[in-house]
Amino acid sequence: MSSDTRPTDAAASVTPVTGPQMTGAQAADRPRPSSGWALMVSELTVLFRRRRTWAMLLALAAVPVLIAVAVRLASSPVAPGRGPPFLDRVAQNGLFVAITAMVVCIPLFLPLTIGVVAGDTIAGEAGLGTLRYLLVAPAGRVRLLIVKYAGAAVFCLAATLTVAVSGAAIGAALFPIGPVTLLSGDTIGVGESVLRSLLIAGYVTVSMLGLSAIGLFISTLTEVPVGAMAATIVVSVVAQVLDALPQLDWLHPWLFSHYWLDFADLLRQPLEWTSFGNNALLQGGYLLVFGALAYGRFVTKDILS
Amino acid sequence: MTAATPSVELAIETRGLTKRFGHQTAVDGVDLAVPRGAVFGFLGPNGSGKTTSIRMLLGLATATSGDIAVLGQEMPGRLRDVLPRVGALVEGPAFYPFLSGAANLRRLDTADPGASSATRSARVHLALERVGLTHAAGKKVRAYSLGMKQRLGIANALLVPRELLVLDEPTNGLDPQGTREVRSLVRSLAAEGTTVFVSSHLLAEVEQMCTHAAVMSAGSLVAQGTLDELRRVGEAHVRVRTPDVADARRVLAGLGLVADSVDAGRVGAGRTDADRFGVPGDRNADGLLSAPLADGAAAPETIVAALVADGVRVRGFSVVGASLEERFVALTGEGFDVVQ
Repeated sequence: MSSDTRPTDAAASVTPVTGPQMTGAQAADRPRPSSGWALMVSELTVLFRRRRTWAMLLALAAVPVLIAVAVRLASSPVAPGRGPPFLDRVAQNGLFVAITAMVVCIPLFLPLTIGVVAGDTIAGEAGLGTLRYLLVAPAGRVRLLIVKYAGAAVFCLAATLTVAVSGAAIGAALFPIGPVTLLSGDTIGVGESVLRSLLIAGYVTVSMLGLSAIGLFISTLTEVPVGAMAATIVVSVVAQVLDALPQLDWLHPWLFSHYWLDFADLLRQPLEWTSFGNNALLQGGYLLVFGALAYGRFVTKDILS
Repeated sequence: MTAATPSVELAIETRGLTKRFGHQTAVDGVDLAVPRGAVFGFLGPNGSGKTTSIRMLLGLATATSGDIAVLGQEMPGRLRDVLPRVGALVEGPAFYPFLSGAANLRRLDTADPGASSATRSARVHLALERVGLTHAAGKKVRAYSLGMKQRLGIANALLVPRELLVLDEPTNGLDPQGTREVRSLVRSLAAEGTTVFVSSHLLAEVEQMCTHAAVMSAGSLVAQGTLDELRRVGEAHVRVRTPDVADARRVLAGLGLVADSVDAGRVGAGRTDADRFGVPGDRNADGLLSAPLADGAAAPETIVAALVADGVRVRGFSVVGASLEERFVALTGEGFDVVQ
């Protein structure tokens, strides 16, 4: 270890800067702050450098492939009304693969991957012990929460886009592509229908934001990431079960999963935004409530991991 | 050190620092005073509240009561101003195993809002070079040995120039070579004016690196000061090895020295050399006497002369200075009693 490579600004004696690389860091008493985005970029880098993240995205990408190949290999055409919605249309138009795949992924696969990412946000850092080093840096507890939530939200988008893009690709490869007949009976061209698919992906992403906020909150409660992940996934399953019980219909509009599959309005002409708005409002409410809970918990928490 | 201590300002100051977990008091009314420019050893057995104190100093845990000032500013209120000037290694290194050493440092550096992105790579490189990890910079931390992780942890504390370094057990898991390197690193940092606060349960380590020390026991601060001050509290002893224990005791008493027999029969086996000689009861077996040598007592040579003049067969004589170890043991107790 060499001893003279780095000057240190001592308590009172300001050492002259000798290393040319250090000029930036030492220019003022405190160095010029970097853009506030550095931690966000780093968070995304760490998230998307993990093999686990790629494994989950690959699994999601496999869903539309599985659907498309199964339909292609089936001897008889799919009867309307059987299987997941839109499945009967897949054979006529490859563009429906993406939509069918999203419908299939929404109840379980997407919440599963999002539960893993959102549950890992704080608990994962605590489990590794890196949380204390981030906070001592100092990342700032509120800043860290925001960055962690934003990272989880970006993953929601990446996950739905993966399903949409993989679905579009395999659909185009195995089936004819053509104008799409909407639920309202109107026909739109291929370009517009791609836009509509992206719109649905956006709807699904927004749908998952409430669950992400719940996962973030649960993640602040524990130092065991697997526990937080499992709890988040269980919450998503319970919400859907409750949503299926007619006896609890007073509760249904308040469940974060209530509008998850209501994106059919986006397949009408003219575009019907009501369900999108309701969904966004509901998810925003969940973000507010669970964001506040996570804040309340995390800001005062003793970091003992 | 002269350049670094122009003021009597304290780098760390706590008053009545207390932390309770339920009914258990982990840290109890600690008043720390770490002068700027010092290499300050924070000693104590495992479980004596060192790490909990450090967590409170760094704003990771909130104190149940008491005040903390770090670098002259109140904590955790001024955390944003204080922490960028403090490098820390808390309770062992912790990293993302799936990232390389350099990527880990870059990641943790982005968490400091004051750290410039433009110089990040250069600073990471320098920090790695400083702890001798340049060759392993691109290797995944998963493949690091404990000693390499420890070095990487120290590198993380050195990413930007710091006024204060808080190193919790920095030589844990290091081989003797690594331990020496850490010691020389700490010395060179101190020479540059950085205040270094090192916690350790190893007395020898503190004795070799530090200018000041504080001793924790069962959550309380039991001693604090420069190493010399701490040593001075203990007394020097004379030790006489002789088969004529009774005579020697009488002679010593004549000189005003109260001797304690520390021979093999009365003290646990292995404590002294005495038990290696002869059998208890054997008239020629050696006994060992120890007497505290208070200030103003007879000079050692006078004692020897008096003993010999009286026909005491002196087979060994020594003056044992008060060691920090005796003081440490006296303050914290011996053995493996981890405080509950």
